[in-house]
Amino acid sequence: MDAESLLLSLELASGSGQGLSPDRRASLLTSLMLVKRDYRYDRVLFWGRILGLVADYYIAQGLSEDQLAPRKTLYSLNCMEWSLLPPATEEMVAQTSVVKGRFMGDPSHEYEHTELQKMSEGEKVFEEEVVVQIKEETRLVSVIDQIDKAVAVIPRGALFKTPFGPIHVNRTFEGLSLSEAKKLSSYFHFREPVELKNKTLLEKADLDPSLDFMDPLEHDIPKGSWSIQMERGNALVVLRSLLWPGLTFFHAPRTKNCGYIYVGTGEKNIDLPFML
Amino acid sequence: MLLQKLFDMHIIWNFLFSGRYDHLSDMLTKVLDERPENAVDIIESISQDVKMAHFRKKLDTLQNENEMLPIYETAEKQKALFLQGNLEGVDQELEDEIAENSLPNVMESAFYFEQAGVGLGTDETYRIFLALKQLTDTHPIQRCRFWGKILGLEMNYIVAEVEFREGEDEEDVEDEDVTEERDDGDSDAEENDEDELPRTFYKTPQVIPKEENRTGANKYVYFVCNEPGGPWVKLPSVTPAQIVTARKIKKFFTGRLETPIVSYPPFPGNESNYLRAQIARISAGTHVSPLGFYQFGEEEGEEEEEVEGRRDSFEENPDFEGIQVIDLVESLSNWVHHVQHILSQGRCNWFNPIQKSEEEEEEEDEEKEEEKGEEPEYMEQEVGPPLLTPISEDIEIQNIPPWTTRLSSTLIPQYAIAVLRSNLWPGAYAFSNGKKFENFYIGWGHKYSPDNYTPPPPPPVYQEYPSGAEITEMDDPSVEEEQASRAAREAAVLPVAEMGESEEDEDEDDDSDQE
Repeated sequence: MDAESLLLSLELASGSGQGLSPDRRASLLTSLMLVKRDYRYDRVLFWGRILGLVADYYIAQGLSEDQLAPRKTLYSLNCMEWSLLPPATEEMVAQTSVVKGRFMGDPSHEYEHTELQKMSEGEKVFEEEVVVQIKEETRLVSVIDQIDKAVAVIPRGALFKTPFGPIHVNRTFEGLSLSEAKKLSSYFHFREPVELKNKTLLEKADLDPSLDFMDPLEHDIPKGSWSIQMERGNALVVLRSLLWPGLTFFHAPRTKNCGYIYVGTGEKNIDLPFML
Repeated sequence: MLLQKLFDMHIIWNFLFSGRYDHLSDMLTKVLDERPENAVDIIESISQDVKMAHFRKKLDTLQNENEMLPIYETAEKQKALFLQGNLEGVDQELEDEIAENSLPNVMESAFYFEQAGVGLGTDETYRIFLALKQLTDTHPIQRCRFWGKILGLEMNYIVAEVEFREGEDEEDVEDEDVTEERDDGDSDAEENDEDELPRTFYKTPQVIPKEENRTGANKYVYFVCNEPGGPWVKLPSVTPAQIVTARKIKKFFTGRLETPIVSYPPFPGNESNYLRAQIARISAGTHVSPLGFYQFGEEEGEEEEEVEGRRDSFEENPDFEGIQVIDLVESLSNWVHHVQHILSQGRCNWFNPIQKSEEEEEEEDEEKEEEKGEEPEYMEQEVGPPLLTPISEDIEIQNIPPWTTRLSSTLIPQYAIAVLRSNLWPGAYAFSNGKKFENFYIGWGHKYSPDNYTPPPPPPVYQEYPSGAEITEMDDPSVEEEQASRAAREAAVLPVAEMGESEEDEDEDDDSDQE
């Protein structure tokens, strides 16, 4: 959610129950301003909170002019001092996929994972158990990246693409209408499109290239991994992800207020197919 | 550049559509009025907006009815919540209300939970508060508590934990099959006298009866509604079978109470039963209070009760002096569970299913001794941690402590409160400021496990019938065997024929044999 409309957004996202305490809120308001100035970001988003056993991580992201460029991620333990995280690489994601369980809350904590590696000495090939140390910071980076790629949401029309390439915030976006707001096809994944090129020409003919340049949520697998609800009568539409429980996207139809926040343990819900 | 583009478009449009000049002039008017930056980039959207404006519904000038949108409906319902106080004879009722205060101070608890970062937002909480008041006004309730909110796919549940006044308990109208059904061979034997079917020695395991209202897992009654202002629905009491099955499945709630639960093992009931079972499990696992807040009632004369009669009642300790917040945060032994633990049987108080079956075995012995089947096994009584055990004794989940404690604020520790967060049931919170405490749940209603969920495998094929000549399969005899047995049989017939018949028959038989 945008750091500028933090209070309103927190109020709108409060239906999921997890929010921020007043002192965190106050610290965030001030510190995010400073982050924006220091790092010269165009927009700063408060991404959410990952609950650890000892402490919680508060995550913020900074965007530059081009909205779909890779975002810089920062984390903090007390909402005041922010540290930049390295960008995620494929290797990191593969390495941390073996780590299970909760986050500790201590960025220097190291997970130990024993794996069998084939070592060859001369002609002999034998397997040895190697203990691999994985830092919690790496795990944090890869989890945030996975969540962003999987479930970060933006409504259709909020961003538009110019023929020159960069993607801008659409200043005439007045919000989705009520009927559009209830459909999953009006929400897109906030990331580089993956499935767009697989669409047939017939489907692409109906799309508007300046607005429909990202993947819609409609065709997510498994079907039904999004829970879409109207709260407060029809004044607020809330999408909750079932694949990463804790991610809440809210939007007030016919207004510009929209955003998403993740408050959770940072673990994927692999049991989803059993639960639907 | 704008002009050039407009000029081009004007030409194209005039060529393609006559009469689009109006649209173009509308657009230009809009651009001149609003003066957006980068009008060229958004000219498409402006064009669409102007077109949409044409299609706005013309208001009926005769009748100025308000549109019936769902948003207005909800607002109407909630308005009713706010107006419920306007009854006649207000003064008397006001005094009565203030006297018998069964309503909890939800706003106060919400304030404390907000310090912990948990909560539903102030106005939503206030509406829930009013809805609870409506509940207490319409039902004879002794005590009521806002238990929490369970999220669902289509709608959510707001749950209230309620204790009815003595004697005002509304009995369940359900038909429960509590009677022990035993699939004996008795009834079968009476019916099929001509054709004796092999009798199975499968006996349906005895149905464990649910606990009485106000005891054990059914100590409180739960009401749910989908949103504040909606009707409150009472959830049925929970049976042990439902709890046992609920432990084996993991399903999302949809938000509608009549949805069937399709799962393996099959859940006995629909979503309202599953919801009630999960509420019971969550309460048993995560409702905690500071040590000393509750104490056991005075001991009644039965000191030598069987282990079944464990203490299951407690009362508030009037001499409770509070515990320092720092102590509450640092040591888990300062918190105790005040809800009974549910045994693996599905009940809080052990029920011994063997007793009854022994009586019936005696009756059976007189009739049929062969039908013993399995010997009555000795079942070990299940024991769970007694009431008011400190939570430091809770089992860890694979090296993860079951509870996380925090101070609500590290910046101002003097007025901070202690916050407990459950790692076993994510979403369960408890706070205490030393004297007051409260429990709350907000989440999807599932237990946490670091390993993924595996559905239980189907049981092995059951040996139902005693193996005997009628049942055991045999191969069909081969041709040689058949001929050999026929020859043997006819050889046996011969001596009989010799004794009774004349020689002619013998010859005939011989002849027929040789054929």
